[in-house]
Amino acid sequence: MGLVIRGGHIIDPANKVDGKHDIFVDDKGFVAAVGNAPPGLEVTQTLDATGKIVCPGLVDLRARLREPGLEYKATIESEVRAAVAAGITTLCCPPDTDPVIDTPAMAQMIQQRAWRFGLAFIHPLGALTRGLAGERLTDMEALDDAGCVGLSNALKPVTDTLVMRRALEYAASFDLTVFLQSEDPWLHGSGCVHEGEVGTRLGLPGIPEAAETVGVARDLALIEQTGVRAHFCQLSSARAVAMVTEAQGRRLPVTADVTAHHLHLTEHDIGFFNTQCHVLPPLRSVRDREALREALKSGALAAICSDHQPHEPDAKLAPFGDSAPGISGLETLFPLTLKLVDDNVLSLNDAIACVTCKPANILGIDSGHLSVGATADVCVFDPQEWWALSEDKLVSRGHNTPFLGWELRGRVTHTLVGGQMVFELDQKAEN
Amino acid sequence: MSGDLQFDSQGRLHHFLTTEGLDRDTILQILDTAESFVSVGEREIKKVPLLRGKTVVNLFFESSTRTRTTFEIAAKRLSADVINVDTRVSSTTKGETLLDTIRNLEAMHTDLFVVRHSRSGAAYLVAQHVPSHVRIINAGDGSHAHPTQGMLDMFTIRRYKGSFENLKVAIVGDILHSRVARSQIHALTTLGVPEVRVIAPKTLLPTAVERLGVHSYTDMRAGLDDIDVVIMLRLQRERMESARIPSEQEYFNLYGLTTDKLRLAKKDAIVMHPGPMNRGLEIDSSVADGPQSVILPQVTNGIAVRMAVMAIIMGGKAQEEMPAKRPARRHA
Repeated sequence: MGLVIRGGHIIDPANKVDGKHDIFVDDKGFVAAVGNAPPGLEVTQTLDATGKIVCPGLVDLRARLREPGLEYKATIESEVRAAVAAGITTLCCPPDTDPVIDTPAMAQMIQQRAWRFGLAFIHPLGALTRGLAGERLTDMEALDDAGCVGLSNALKPVTDTLVMRRALEYAASFDLTVFLQSEDPWLHGSGCVHEGEVGTRLGLPGIPEAAETVGVARDLALIEQTGVRAHFCQLSSARAVAMVTEAQGRRLPVTADVTAHHLHLTEHDIGFFNTQCHVLPPLRSVRDREALREALKSGALAAICSDHQPHEPDAKLAPFGDSAPGISGLETLFPLTLKLVDDNVLSLNDAIACVTCKPANILGIDSGHLSVGATADVCVFDPQEWWALSEDKLVSRGHNTPFLGWELRGRVTHTLVGGQMVFELDQKAEN
Repeated sequence: MSGDLQFDSQGRLHHFLTTEGLDRDTILQILDTAESFVSVGEREIKKVPLLRGKTVVNLFFESSTRTRTTFEIAAKRLSADVINVDTRVSSTTKGETLLDTIRNLEAMHTDLFVVRHSRSGAAYLVAQHVPSHVRIINAGDGSHAHPTQGMLDMFTIRRYKGSFENLKVAIVGDILHSRVARSQIHALTTLGVPEVRVIAPKTLLPTAVERLGVHSYTDMRAGLDDIDVVIMLRLQRERMESARIPSEQEYFNLYGLTTDKLRLAKKDAIVMHPGPMNRGLEIDSSVADGPQSVILPQVTNGIAVRMAVMAIIMGGKAQEEMPAKRPARRHA
């Protein structure tokens, strides 16, 4: 009862594999061998991957599945289907659900819902403070036991610096990773776009770069003081990236990620009030985007995430500042990452690493690689196929994306989770 | 989505949403057409039949006296049926969205909406979602644009200064929150005004204001030097609460237009204000009511300019029936 993926070009950055090999999966869903057939494995299923690339299933550091609390936007089921259709086999979800993931029961409930569908794996982040209110600490150790891969206050700032210090100290006591969306809430104010040229032209209230740098500066000082392992989520400005790079140079235990959309869009894509480009942190200047790309190249930014936020159509049908921020990003994560190869930012190996083994390392999970004995989470894609993103191709409930109509290269054709084929592109329906 | 939303496929003005991206000829066409309508207001019977049988809805989500009244008079002088909807006290307070309100009114076969809303981009949103036969005029959206005000200011400047090519224009006050300033700046730079200055403390200037093609000054006395046109902006009193300026006294001392400061401008400089004015805060009464003030003519010109914009966007047929343009009228 084994499976072989035959004839594909395997790229497995964690194991430095880059070549044409067959990959064998045993009947329990683990990788049995890469290369020659292992003795004793009876192959009953063959997947022909000739002309395709076979890589580890993608690990997305941040995806909001909207369940529980906002099921009218999306559900765990609808979004894990979208994830596997995009080659993503592991998702990390922030704690800002309703109710908030601040108890072990909530953390377990979400994972159990995901297991029921047997599609992608979901790893929740636990709340750093109760109800994300920034006042009292959560039972961090219990959340960790319940499967949370880290702690985060999501988009809610912990404004009380003393509470923040205690939270980081407490997390450090148990060797837990804290995920930070560092921002100064007063400088953010009522802002909805980058404070720059486009905000000036459109008369939209701006979020200055300093909202991010002040937040990052405060948190870096506390990280240094407490020694906590921390991860900065979706940096958007050149200066904040420079600060984190400098801290890494001083061997502070900090990592950082960037969203796929911040690597491709700038404030100018807002044009005349395109609410699909309303995201937080905001799309910034061309200079900032170039700095994000450079930091990805240098490794200061370790991972690319979708920051998936599906919305119902009405959420975007409002004046820009009143529209809901966020992009439905699962299904563009991989093609936009591959586009960085065409744009000469990353090699194909490095691009794949940014959405597989590197985010898995940040989460501290055994995923994102194709070692013998690892769970066979596999993504097979056709690197040459050009396709245009259209609403009817989206699996996610959220169709809110500024990338509709983009010509993208690289199309996921098969996704395996635990050795099971959970997605196969319907080529006939396509033609 | 693009700024060209206000033009149809033949490049004709379809909606009127912003002065940004208008070409010089279109702006001049509006000003010339407005000139031809000035006489209508001076006649015994102040009506022309250009929009007869058309329904115009003034949809104001934000209070206004001057703008709404002049739009109403303009539409009536064009013989349209005009309905005023003050939505602050109607459906939106019941939770109806902006687009629902529009769709309902559109179902009553409205031809033209004049929309004012407190949020930047509201008029664009509406224009994107109405059927192609419905036209939209932006009567002010948040801090973004107030294009008919911008046009009536251009009209007023041309009436007093003749042309735009040798002017220095200063806009003073709360540029950051001003939709009027943005509409003026785009129009002035397109019309070839060689020097546009904005004068305010940095707390009231947008970060990237110079990218709009203006020079910024924090010192009003330096900024007024050799100026032909001074445009004063209204200062909202809540700017004190948001820590943008310390006090009314300090603001008036530094940025209030007094006869003393006005002397730094050219002798024949004109003073404009889109209204409503705060006397003693941004402008001294002796200037507001003084010989250089053209503030009341601005209001009068607003009617002709709004008639022109309505007539032009309501299409070619209306334009053929328009009264003869200014040169012809002079010979009559």
